Amino acid sequence: MPNLNRIKAIAEKEVFHILRDSRTLTIIFIMPLLQLIIFGYAMNMEIRQVPLVVDDSALNSSSQALIDAFIHTDYFRLVPKDEGILNPGELFKERRAQATLSIPQGFGKDSFTVLLKIDASDPNSAQMIQNYANGIVNNRFAIAGAGITLQPLILYNPDLKSSFFFVPGLIALILVMICALLTSISISREKEMGTMEQILVSPVSATEILLGKVLPYIFLGLMDALLILGVGMLLFQVPFRGEFIVFLGFTFLYVLTSLCLGLLVSTVAKTQQGAMMMALGMTLLPTLLLSGYMFPISSMPVILQKITYIIPARYYLQIIRGIMLKGNSVRHLYQSGLSLLIMSVTMLIIASRRFKLRLS
Amino acid sequence: MNAAVARELSVFYGSTEALKSVNLEVPEALVYGIIGPDGAGKTTLMRSLCTLLPYSEGSIRVLGYDALSESAQIRARIGYMPQRFSLYQDLSVEQNLRFFARLFRVSRKEMLIQREKLYEFSRLKPFAKRLAGNLSGGMKQKLALSCALIHTPKLIILDEPTFGVDPVSRVEFWQILHELKREGVSIIVSTPYMDEAVQCDQISLLHKGSVIGQGTPDEIIKAWQGSLYSLKAGNLQELYKYLQSKVDKADLQLFGSEIHLYSKDGLRQELIDTWKHEFSGLASCEEIQPGMEDVFLKMMQ
Repeated sequence: MPNLNRIKAIAEKEVFHILRDSRTLTIIFIMPLLQLIIFGYAMNMEIRQVPLVVDDSALNSSSQALIDAFIHTDYFRLVPKDEGILNPGELFKERRAQATLSIPQGFGKDSFTVLLKIDASDPNSAQMIQNYANGIVNNRFAIAGAGITLQPLILYNPDLKSSFFFVPGLIALILVMICALLTSISISREKEMGTMEQILVSPVSATEILLGKVLPYIFLGLMDALLILGVGMLLFQVPFRGEFIVFLGFTFLYVLTSLCLGLLVSTVAKTQQGAMMMALGMTLLPTLLLSGYMFPISSMPVILQKITYIIPARYYLQIIRGIMLKGNSVRHLYQSGLSLLIMSVTMLIIASRRFKLRLS
Repeated sequence: MNAAVARELSVFYGSTEALKSVNLEVPEALVYGIIGPDGAGKTTLMRSLCTLLPYSEGSIRVLGYDALSESAQIRARIGYMPQRFSLYQDLSVEQNLRFFARLFRVSRKEMLIQREKLYEFSRLKPFAKRLAGNLSGGMKQKLALSCALIHTPKLIILDEPTFGVDPVSRVEFWQILHELKREGVSIIVSTPYMDEAVQCDQISLLHKGSVIGQGTPDEIIKAWQGSLYSLKAGNLQELYKYLQSKVDKADLQLFGSEIHLYSKDGLRQELIDTWKHEFSGLASCEEIQPGMEDVFLKMMQ
């Protein structure tokens, strides 16, 4: 049976290390903030102030209303048209415009068709521009037409703000990275410094060492989560619709899973450098690519879909998006939470089995 | 009962044999020295004794327990001081002691008593709040010893505890070891310093993974056969060169400001006179009592 007092002794010692080591504190608090700010501003997928040239041949109240509808949004900015015939190709080549809008004569009376040309050298932007234009034409400048009309109603993020999407994702990404780094470095440092050799010649067991290492970092991980959440809400106006206590409970499970992943890494890595590389390798890309953060899991090949089941962030993303955007409660999230719990217990057991109480 | 016994102990690192059929019997309440140069296998032997290394052949029993199957019992009862300073440098003297006391489940009351005692002999009390990393080399070693003793073990295993420590601190360290012995603690200590061998009650001489001599330091020195001469000259290098042409090179050892010459049957006075005649720089040639280092160097051959 693991001895509680011994676990406490190791945990306390770890707290002393953290308090004395400014590098660890930097990793814990400065790194996430930098990541949040850099990722947050760089990963902005919204498009604003698209340069638009309008060729208005109708010159009536209807065409003016349409143009107003375009430029009164934040999405488009009107670029004055040159004299003569509109030449979209030339405008796109010179990068003076990303889209052109041609309004034919008689618009508003006998014709309701306008022509939108888009520079699709960046397909993502082109897609967005098309969507914006559609939205403007359909919603703000509704002209009674015939046939079927699709009336989309977007829930939870009606403006499709990308911050709603990346802030929860970043919490998931940063937490798993930091937590896996913390435990794996902390154990490999003891191996490197030789202190592990000293504490091994005592009645301490692998489980006691591992639990003692994890405990203080759970607290730090939760602090980190709160920090990222707070700064994310402040800087990027992300809503928080769920209950705070639910967030705390499930984040605890995620932090635990990430710390146990770090423990697993430390049973393989012999040096701090190695541990760092391995911890980052196992968290950064898999979380970005395979958790459903960047790309929807449902559109992945089946084999990759299977792999996503062992990515902790996969579960936490459902949880954190659910809580922040949809106001989910435990009832909606317990399955994901259970998956995290099973993962962390499994990893802890494997780590304590693999942890060598002898030198080799 | 013996504090530790090793029988036909062999340890391999891959295909290299670090220890070759080592036999060892460490009696209780004695200072037992493992003496040998760097790379002799001292650390491997010490680590095997404190159950840190899995060994390939032979057996080890420490305090009556088997080192492979009963390592937990052994680890709870011994104190170990690794070769490298292995305490937490960013923890204070006090915090290090307290941490190791808790690892060994020493109650707070016992810990305080034992700590006072350890402070007394190590004289570390004034530095209780200092970080271990900021201690001097000698003090670090005393702290490491104190941490190894905080749970009052019956046996302590010290791997080169005086390596890189200044001469004054070394003397002090050995005084502490003798004091501990009087209190009934068994001590296994390794050292590359021959002059420390005579401080031990019993020693094993280790060379290239094999034991080449065992017994009390006196016994080992007395077992010496032949004569030893100390030769001095103004230009020692020249003398060394000259002697190489006269005797077997293996019998010659440069020893600081003199040359030690081993002779199985002793040197005749006429021979010495001839040398003095041929090599005018030869100032003196006297027969001396061999020291541990002479014995060890001879045994290594």
